[in-house]
Amino acid sequence: MKPPRFRYLRAESVDGALRALADNPDSRPLAGGQSLIAMMNLRLVRPACLVDINRVAGLGYIREDGDGVAIGALTRHNDVKHSDLVRARCPLLTEAYESIAHHTVRNRGTLGGNLCHADPSSETPAVMVAVGATLVLQSVGGRREVAAEDFFQGPYETAARQDELLVEIRLPGRGAEGWAFAEVSNRHGDFAIAVIATTLRLADGRCEAARVVASAVGEHAARLRPAEDALTGGAIDDAAIERAAEAAAGAVDPHSDSHADAVYRRDAVAALTRRTLRRAAERCG
Amino acid sequence: MAEASVTLTVNGREVSATVDPRTLLVHFLREQLQLTGTHVGCDTSQCGACTVHLDGRAVKSCALLAVQLEGADVTTIEGVGGPDEMHPMQTAFKENHGLQCGFCTPGMVMKGIDIANRHAAPDEATIRRELEGNLCRCTGYHNIVESIAAGAREMSG
Repeated sequence: MKPPRFRYLRAESVDGALRALADNPDSRPLAGGQSLIAMMNLRLVRPACLVDINRVAGLGYIREDGDGVAIGALTRHNDVKHSDLVRARCPLLTEAYESIAHHTVRNRGTLGGNLCHADPSSETPAVMVAVGATLVLQSVGGRREVAAEDFFQGPYETAARQDELLVEIRLPGRGAEGWAFAEVSNRHGDFAIAVIATTLRLADGRCEAARVVASAVGEHAARLRPAEDALTGGAIDDAAIERAAEAAAGAVDPHSDSHADAVYRRDAVAALTRRTLRRAAERCG
Repeated sequence: MAEASVTLTVNGREVSATVDPRTLLVHFLREQLQLTGTHVGCDTSQCGACTVHLDGRAVKSCALLAVQLEGADVTTIEGVGGPDEMHPMQTAFKENHGLQCGFCTPGMVMKGIDIANRHAAPDEATIRRELEGNLCRCTGYHNIVESIAAGAREMSG
């Protein structure tokens, strides 16, 4: 037996899952389990009770939402990765999926579970913050919407309360926004050493809005505001990109571990910021 | 701890069992059903030795609980072919020397079939990309890639 003991509750509906979470203050939801069960096998986490939501009907979908996309929290990664609707309306997420996990893991892992797991090196939180996604949380008390920017609060920490279930991810339409995603990892599909996700909006050749979002170099995915400020209001030329890359490197405080030290991670942030901004600028319009 | 009952289909046969909820699918297969072809490598969804098919998709059976699989359809290496009647992918591994120690082989064959199910004629880059979640410690990837290409050709022909 690898994982520690826990109580297992199988939810058949969203309401049933919400009641189970509310009635068991020591419980947490089990979605794809691709991180949670591995961490339980390693005994890094010991939830006393798991509420399995894999059988809950109506949580796996990808559909139009105005000019954006709404994705049910239980949608498997590979279904999101290969969705034409997601590719058309949120191509940054499709591009990021080229770097997310391995095919077999993506068959079972879910977008919602991945976001709630909030691994500090995870790619999807950076995408969510960069596109300004909204996360819909539900509990027996009702629903609330949280901006992705406010959702990620620390390593494995989110704004979701214990009794709340993430039910939907809403990605806004991108309009004429440019986008790009890039990461450094030791091997393709492994945990990231540095991640940058960028969105850009231009008006008359000037940058109207920019988001430069980092992951794997801090406690959670976060906007690098000094880099964004270096871009806003001006043309996106080589000089502006260089200023933004320097500002990005200065805005992070990365850790050192066996995969990469802090100096390397900081350099990677500058390089990825340059790379993504060039691509995003080309894609504007 | 309360045990739970689960009924699922494994290699075309319906199986009912009582399990401790913390039983991983791979341990259920090996220890309760004596289907020891599926191997336990890392227990942490990295190495792919435990790859099986769940409702037609390749999954890592160390990252699933048996109790979750009520009504599910699971196929293991024993379900695709045996010494008397090998699956074309198994034959391809044999003919292309796609194994050395053999520990990763059940997972490689199950992933190879999964690749072939989705790509009629996968090229080397596709096979290598798709095999990222399956580790071979004999460093025998070259022949594994050849085997999967040959197996996929045989399966689509």
